[in-house]
Amino acid sequence: MKKPIKTTMSSNLSSEAFDEKKLRKVIAASSVGTLIEWYDFYIFGSLSVVIATKFFPSDNPTAAFLSTLATFAAGFVVRPFGALFFGRLGDLLGRKYTFLVTLLIMGFSTFAIGLIPSYSSIGFLAPILVLTLRLLQGLALGGEYGGAATYVAEHAEPNKRGLRTAWIQTTASLGLFISLLVILATKKSMSLEAFNDWGWRIPFLISIVMVGISYFIRKNMEESPLFAQAKSEGKIVANPLKESFGKKLNFKYVLLALFGATMGQGVVWYTGQFYALSFLQKVANIEFEQSNYIIALALAAGTGFFIFFGWLSDKIGRKGIMLTGMLIAILTYRPIYQAMYEQADVKLKTEKPNSRQIRTDYHMIDGSVTLNKVTRTIYSYTDGSQLLEETTEKVSHIPSIQKEKPLIKKTVHVGQQSFIWLVLMVFIQVLYVTMVYGPIAAFLVEMFPTAIRYTSMSLPYHIGNGIFGGLLPAVATYLAAKANSANELAQAAGQVLPYSKPYLEGLWYPIIIGGVCFVIGLLYINGKDREIND
Amino acid sequence: MNYIRRFAGAIWILLGVAAAYFLIVEQAIPLFTKGDMESLVPAIIYTFILAPIITGGMCVFGIYALQNEYEL
Repeated sequence: MKKPIKTTMSSNLSSEAFDEKKLRKVIAASSVGTLIEWYDFYIFGSLSVVIATKFFPSDNPTAAFLSTLATFAAGFVVRPFGALFFGRLGDLLGRKYTFLVTLLIMGFSTFAIGLIPSYSSIGFLAPILVLTLRLLQGLALGGEYGGAATYVAEHAEPNKRGLRTAWIQTTASLGLFISLLVILATKKSMSLEAFNDWGWRIPFLISIVMVGISYFIRKNMEESPLFAQAKSEGKIVANPLKESFGKKLNFKYVLLALFGATMGQGVVWYTGQFYALSFLQKVANIEFEQSNYIIALALAAGTGFFIFFGWLSDKIGRKGIMLTGMLIAILTYRPIYQAMYEQADVKLKTEKPNSRQIRTDYHMIDGSVTLNKVTRTIYSYTDGSQLLEETTEKVSHIPSIQKEKPLIKKTVHVGQQSFIWLVLMVFIQVLYVTMVYGPIAAFLVEMFPTAIRYTSMSLPYHIGNGIFGGLLPAVATYLAAKANSANELAQAAGQVLPYSKPYLEGLWYPIIIGGVCFVIGLLYINGKDREIND
Repeated sequence: MNYIRRFAGAIWILLGVAAAYFLIVEQAIPLFTKGDMESLVPAIIYTFILAPIITGGMCVFGIYALQNEYEL
């Protein structure tokens, strides 16, 4: 294959560049900052329900519109733009300066979200401010990852690049893990009312302390030796965007990185962490706190494998590990999710005799002649699981008022054995994530030359993650909902149900995207290119 | 293998076209016809952001493959 246009640069870096102590400092400074950025980005997502009630009241269409914009725009649109904007800066001005700026933007935005008065206090200004700050978060995140990965890779020894950059790869999962822990700890330390009232602001506010520490560590770091050398030799390109995307010899590698690696990595990442959580909560109906503990434990157990697979990729190559992870993932997702579903399915459990607890309450509805009748039934099972079934129906003594269909909410608290099984199932998925994601920073860095590296690797990464990965919840929900309605229609017509397991239909999205990416990666990626000093 | 790499390009172009159909016809148009503001945002994003990136990217990738740009 023809090589991309690469600025030739001598690779005679001094041995000082590979000094172990210095390298550790570089890795720590880069990883801590990136971890904090992921933490900042995730707390918004994890607290989206509380944020929606405070800033985006659902009965107001404009506020609901702004809420949708905050969700879609920050996740899909702004991240790739951040990659382009900060990638260009990083290739022109330097890696260190650029990822200091992204850190400060992220820290400021997160802290400020924690300070915004609610919609009930300042009206529409509240959702507009939240939306603006969320967009800034997306922009900063788009610029952060490429900078940190490039900075570490350009300091690392050629034979340990996978190991060194793997630390950056742990940050996304650790950021999610810490965000879950901080939210759970804050929730535990106060009543639910206090948390919903003001306590949700704490995870946002404490971010400023972490950002401050990380800023001062990063501030004292030196510029990447490869970038500094390129700059001193006058090898910096005037227009990195034009160079990356306007020239076929570089652009074809941007496309290959996207369709042969980051697209599949994005869906494996989102399935193993976000879709798993959403599946536990919305499909398996496992209670909020327990489902978060399942994810947090699996993340804690799996995160070390990012380092392992990064190290292994230095020994046996990056392509094989990433594609093996992708292949095993797409082959085993359906059996894994089936097993997860069964662990929470109370139809497969034995109910304890004489253990059912039923309580009925009536609640007045303001300005209405009807009452809300809430029946809470707790079913206990021999394996320690419990099902809380809450049925809410409107009752009235006036016969002319039409009866509505009762609302039924089910929440499952699984027993210890099922809990362990569920942690194991999610852990296996995290393991796939570590195989696909662990070596990818080194892989992307090695694909592009120093002069356009920040720009060229950031864009496919954020399109792969933000768009292909970010689309996963919407598309998977759409596929599952379509299967459910097809089943309902068939049932109403007395026909055979077209889908035996509609809850697994959403998995076709990661399976198909991952499958296409696997084939492209297998056919087109050159697994032997480890050159960076170009 | 280079022969397969080259002619698989046609598959990537077809996949790009299929993605455009799914995103615009299956996803965006029903959302546009709903008419509410909440559906408008994803509809605009599907049509003007995702479809060009996915379809355009896949088609250009396919064309490059057909031109033997990814020969190893």
